[in-house]
Amino acid sequence: MRHIISILLENEPGALSRVVGLFSQRNFNIETLNVAPTEDESLSRLTVTTFGDERIIEQITKHLNRLIDVVKLVDLTEGDHVERELMLVKLKAVGDAREEIKRTAEIFRAQIVDITPSIYTVQIAGDAGKLDGFLQALGPSSILEVARTGVSGIARGEKTLSV
Amino acid sequence: MELLSGADMIARFLADEGVEHIYGYPGGAALHIYDALFRQDAVKHILVRHEQAATHMADGYARSTGKPGVVLVTSGPGATNAVTGIATAYMDSIPMVVLCGQVASHLIGEDAFQETDIVGVTRPIVKHSFTIKHPSDIPTVLKKAFYIAASGRPGPVVVDIPKDMTSPNERHEYSYPKKVKLRSYAPPARGHAGQIKKAVDLITSAQRPVVFAGGGIITGHASEALTDLARRLDLPVVTSLMGIGAFPQTDRQSLGWPGMHGSFVANQAMHNSDLIFCVGARFDDRVTNNVAKFCPTAKIIHVDIDPSSISKTITADVPIVGAASSVLNEMLGLLSERGVDTAQRDEQLSGWWKRIDEWRASRDGKLYEPSAPGELLKPEEVVEAVYRATNGDAFVATDVGQHQMFAAQYYKFDKPHRLITSGGLGTMGFGLPAAMGVKLNHPNEQVVLFTGEGSFQMMMQELSTCKQFGIGVKIINLNNHSLGMVRQWQDLNYKARHAHSYVESLPDFTTLFKAYGFKALSVDKAEQLEGALAETFADRSELVFLDVQVDPREHVYPMQVPNGAMNDMLLSKTERT
Repeated sequence: MRHIISILLENEPGALSRVVGLFSQRNFNIETLNVAPTEDESLSRLTVTTFGDERIIEQITKHLNRLIDVVKLVDLTEGDHVERELMLVKLKAVGDAREEIKRTAEIFRAQIVDITPSIYTVQIAGDAGKLDGFLQALGPSSILEVARTGVSGIARGEKTLSV
Repeated sequence: MELLSGADMIARFLADEGVEHIYGYPGGAALHIYDALFRQDAVKHILVRHEQAATHMADGYARSTGKPGVVLVTSGPGATNAVTGIATAYMDSIPMVVLCGQVASHLIGEDAFQETDIVGVTRPIVKHSFTIKHPSDIPTVLKKAFYIAASGRPGPVVVDIPKDMTSPNERHEYSYPKKVKLRSYAPPARGHAGQIKKAVDLITSAQRPVVFAGGGIITGHASEALTDLARRLDLPVVTSLMGIGAFPQTDRQSLGWPGMHGSFVANQAMHNSDLIFCVGARFDDRVTNNVAKFCPTAKIIHVDIDPSSISKTITADVPIVGAASSVLNEMLGLLSERGVDTAQRDEQLSGWWKRIDEWRASRDGKLYEPSAPGELLKPEEVVEAVYRATNGDAFVATDVGQHQMFAAQYYKFDKPHRLITSGGLGTMGFGLPAAMGVKLNHPNEQVVLFTGEGSFQMMMQELSTCKQFGIGVKIINLNNHSLGMVRQWQDLNYKARHAHSYVESLPDFTTLFKAYGFKALSVDKAEQLEGALAETFADRSELVFLDVQVDPREHVYPMQVPNGAMNDMLLSKTERT
C-alpha cells in the first residue's frame, strides 16, 4: 500500500543524505521525495511516498526514527490528510491543439503560465491521481517535458507535526 | 574561561571525558591534534601499524569495559583504513568514537591531497557522524559524539575534523560540557508497564519457556538481573553468540548458544518451546535459520532498546521497548510482589527440564573424536585444554572462522564482557588488535587470542605494536593450513573442490615471532599440548605465541541445514537430526 511519510529533520548538511541513504541501504522504495525548510529555519520538512506492507512501513518508520537528525515523523496515510503535488508541463501547442489544451486545462483547473507561438507551459496542483489524470487527458503526443515536485501533505483538523 | 586551540580542546576534552587510551596513526590532516597530544600526558596514544587495527583495539577495549573506545586517524587513506573496524563495531552495537582528520575546509570538494568524504563513506555503518564547522563547536560536538556512541543501542560515531579547525593560531574559550541535550535523540529507558506485566504473566504460565539473551544484556549491564530472574523461575537460558557470558555457562540452566553452529540442546529447546523470552538479541539469520520454519509453537516476548530490532525478522507477540536492566528489574519487582512458589515451578517445568536434559545427555561425549597420542590435535580439544589452563577465567578474543566457533563452543564463560568476537560482520583480522585492546586495559588478566593462520595474517603487522607497548597477549594459532570454514562449506556444498581455501607458503610462524623478540612455541602432537600451555600461561605479562598444528579435516558441528528449522542440524559428518 502507498504511504505518505512526513518528517521533520534537522536542517543540517548531510541530514537529507542519511534519509535517502537509509532507503537504499535497507532496500525500501522511494516513489516521490520533497524537501524544504520550515518556518523554523533549524528544521526541514521532508515528505516521502513509499510502498510496502504493514511490516515494511513499520520498519521504515522505526529506522527513520533511529536517525539522530530525524526529530519527528508522521505517516499521514494513517489518518485524514490533504495531499498536494505541483506539476509543470511543457506542451507542443500548434493549430487546433492550442484550444484543446486550454479546454483541458480549464477542466482540470490548471493554469497556463508561459506561452510561445508553439508552446504552452501549464501548471497544475492536486493529488497524484489528478496529475496523472491530467497527463492522460493531454495524451503523450503533445507533452514535451514534465516536472513534478513530489507529494507534500498535511494532516486534516487539529493534528500538527511540530516540535 | 581558558582559551585553547581546537587541537588542544580535543586533547583536553578527552582527558576531561576520562579517556585513558586512544588508538591511532598520524598523518597530515591530524598533525595539529598529534602535537596537542604530545604536549600533555593525561591521554596515552597507542600507535598502531594500520588504522584498521586502531578501530579493533578500541573495539576490544569497549567490549571488555562497556565504555566507548576512541580512535584517531588522519584523512583519506587513514580514514578509509578504519572503515572495516567501524563496520565491525556497528554490526555488534559497540560504542566507539572515531576522530578523523580532514583536509582544510576551503579544500573540501576539490579532490585535495588525502581527501575522502569519510562522512559519506561511513554513513551506512555509523550510529551518527559530525563534521566540525567551527573550532568553538569542538567540546559540544565531542560530548554529543560520546553520548550518542555509548547510550541507547551503542554504536560508532565518526567526527570529521577539517585541519583548519585545529589550527594552533586560533584560540577559543573552552569548558567541558558536563551534559548535552539533543531534541531528536532520547534513548528509551523504562519499558511499558502493561507490557511488562503481560510478559511476566506469560513467562510464569509457560510450560516450555526459554530465555534468549543477547548482546544487549552485556552492553546494558543487565546480566545480574537476568541471572536473578532466570534462577528465581528456573528458566532454561540460551544466549546468542554476542550474549555469551550474560548468564553463567557452567550453570545447569545454561543451554549454550543457538543457531548455525549452536548447541544441539539450545536449538532443540528453542524450536520446541512455547515461549521465547528474548532480551537484547535481534533474531539474526545465523540464529533463526529459515524464518518461515522458526519455532512454530513459540510465542515471542521481545525486549530491546532499539524499536527497529523488534519484529524485524521475527514478529513479536509482546514487544517491549526499553533498557534491558530497567525492564528486567521491573519484572523482578513484580515477581517479588507476587512471590514465586518453588515447588509449583518445579512441577510446572519438570517435564520440560526432563526433555532438555535428555537432549543435552544425548550429545554428551559425541561432540568430536579426540585425538590419540602421536596424532594431530583436534581444534576442539585445544580450546578445552586452554579453558582448563586458564581456569575458565580469561578474556578470550577470536578471529573469524572455524576456530571462532570452536572457541565459543568449548570455552565456558561465566562472566559478561569476556568473549571478544566479531559476530555480526565476521571480520577476519579482528582478533589480534581486539585482544591487544583488552590486554592494555586489563594488564593483570590472562588475555587469550584464538586465531587461525588465515585470520592472523590479516593483521599480523600489529606484533610491532605489541612490542612497542609491551602487550602480553597469548596467541593460540589453530593452524590447519587452510581457511577452515571456507573449506568446510566447500566440502559440504562444492564436492570438496577447495577453491583458494588452501593457504600455501605459510611462514614459519615461530621464527616470525622470534624476529620481534617474542616467545614462540609449537605443537604438532597431541601429547605436547599440556606442557606447551603451561609455558604459554606462566607469565601474564609476556606475549607468547603457540602454534598448534590441528587436524585440517575437522568440521564444526552441529551445523544447521540450510533453509531448515532451527533444529534441522548436521551433527557430524555422518549424522543428521
